[in-house]
Amino acid sequence: MPCCFQARPTRRKPVLTMRPDTTRTTPPVRAEFERAPGALGDVGAITRERSRWQRLTDRPAIRRGFILLALAILWQVYASRLHNPLLFPSFTSAMVAWWRALVFGPLLLRAWNSVSTLLIGYGIGIVLALALTTTAVLSRIGEDFLSTLTAMFSPLPAIALLPLALIWFGLGKASIIFVLVHAVLWAVAVNVLAGFVSVSDTLRMAGRNCGLRGWRYVMRILVPAASPAILAGLKVGWMFAWRTEIAAELVFGATSGSGGIGWYIFENQNDLQTAAVFGGLLTVIVIGLLVEGLVFRTIELQTVRKWGMQR
Amino acid sequence: MSGVPKASVTHAGPAIMQPPEGRAAPVGDGVGPLLAVRGATLQYKSKNLVVTAAYRVDFQVFPADRFILLGPSGCGKSTLLKAVGGFLKPAHGSIELNGKPIGGPGPDRMMVFQEFDQLLPWKTVLGNIIFPMTCSGRFTKAEAKERALVFLEKVHLGKFAHAYPHTLSGGMKQRVAIARAMAMGPAILLMDEPFAALDALTRLRMQEELLQLWDELRFTVVFVTHSIAEAIILGSRILVLSPHPGQVRAELNAHEFSHENQESPEFHRLHRRIHAMLFSGPPDAAQAGADDET
Repeated sequence: MPCCFQARPTRRKPVLTMRPDTTRTTPPVRAEFERAPGALGDVGAITRERSRWQRLTDRPAIRRGFILLALAILWQVYASRLHNPLLFPSFTSAMVAWWRALVFGPLLLRAWNSVSTLLIGYGIGIVLALALTTTAVLSRIGEDFLSTLTAMFSPLPAIALLPLALIWFGLGKASIIFVLVHAVLWAVAVNVLAGFVSVSDTLRMAGRNCGLRGWRYVMRILVPAASPAILAGLKVGWMFAWRTEIAAELVFGATSGSGGIGWYIFENQNDLQTAAVFGGLLTVIVIGLLVEGLVFRTIELQTVRKWGMQR
Repeated sequence: MSGVPKASVTHAGPAIMQPPEGRAAPVGDGVGPLLAVRGATLQYKSKNLVVTAAYRVDFQVFPADRFILLGPSGCGKSTLLKAVGGFLKPAHGSIELNGKPIGGPGPDRMMVFQEFDQLLPWKTVLGNIIFPMTCSGRFTKAEAKERALVFLEKVHLGKFAHAYPHTLSGGMKQRVAIARAMAMGPAILLMDEPFAALDALTRLRMQEELLQLWDELRFTVVFVTHSIAEAIILGSRILVLSPHPGQVRAELNAHEFSHENQESPEFHRLHRRIHAMLFSGPPDAAQAGADDET
């Protein structure tokens, strides 16, 4: 008896249209077979040395270094074409001025003044943000309080509060710290709260199942579970803090006598020392790169990346 | 004929499953029920309406029961389990554990969820198992670690003690969750479709392992599933719920069945009986067994 599965001559038809198949196409019946798994031989277990170039370009520091180098070359070429050191000094002259200011000049001290003020403001801002968000997730009134305050204050540029701060706290560190706290607090709080809210229900229940409540529940479940968002918030807060710090110094000048980087930039602009102005800006950039590349990156590697919460 | 013998009163679990100092100790001698749900109506609120998930549900769970809540999706079985876990208060009726009404979530009722993300991603496998033991203050750090290692070995994950959850497969994550719940020595283990998201082969192995563990430790477990076959294989007693809202349809014995005799006519008879119950309801329950698989 002829098999009903015999391959019939089939009409070629368009594959994508799903019209009823009037010819009743059936797949051809093929012979069965079994196979024992063979030795992998020289195909399966290959480990190949990656080329030196590949290994080199795998390191982010080297890739980023290339970008910096390219930018520096571009700068140098453009500046030497322009040939107007007052308007746009060359890369090399900016570097020389920067080096002099760092080693012989006041720049290092100025930088430390800025950074120390910044750290105080940043720290207070983060602690306040954590306190506010913790009460926000634990109580409804706390949530209303935080969302109202962030809605009110986050559109307000921190520097706009400086005149008020000067009246309240006088000329000095306290005014700048006040403004810094304002700059950091709302940005960090918004991010931390967003992180808390997006923690999955399963993880919340798993935490409450262990008998955790209140403050301990926030610290032991919500904070680590929201760590990607919290880290993002800390980065944004850091950025806002720097901007506010430099802007405040430019507007208001010296902090506690000696002044910071902003003041240094302002001074040199008055003296038409354009290369030194670039030096001041470079200092801000280098500190930013260091903090991003060393501090935040180390924290990321030790936390969210290690835990598989972030690629 | 059964692969897993029925619980006997004389065969008490090894000491490691018992909570220390007799706190929340299971009822001895098999007299009273460990868990008693009486006329529980469970409701949750959405923005404009109140949805009734389960209506006047009664059941009792005895020590060393493998109690299954079975029903189509929307029958409130997961909601019932969450209520036993203390995450939800019944609108009417009562839920009592050892004669005391359940007030809130607590470590005497450890839950294993369906989702793989129930493990804390910032802790290693070992850290995850230790976490509830130290958080609840029931065990010292050293005790907790010792117990964690014992239970990790029981779920065959001894080699992965220091791995982070994101490096594990779905089945391994569920094993860790089960070990975490068991290491706590809870009065009752609550499992919310823990194998539903696993592939069929892994699910089969996990069911076998769970039965072996039960055979060894004789814990009490309430297990939610929508698979009839899984209910019959794993359960000693099956509560069949009807959908929308969940009401008790039947309570059946299944202690005689396991993987070994799932081809037997008795198994098929019970399977058909439950199948008929689930499909005899209103037409919208017809989808009930559609996703049923083992």
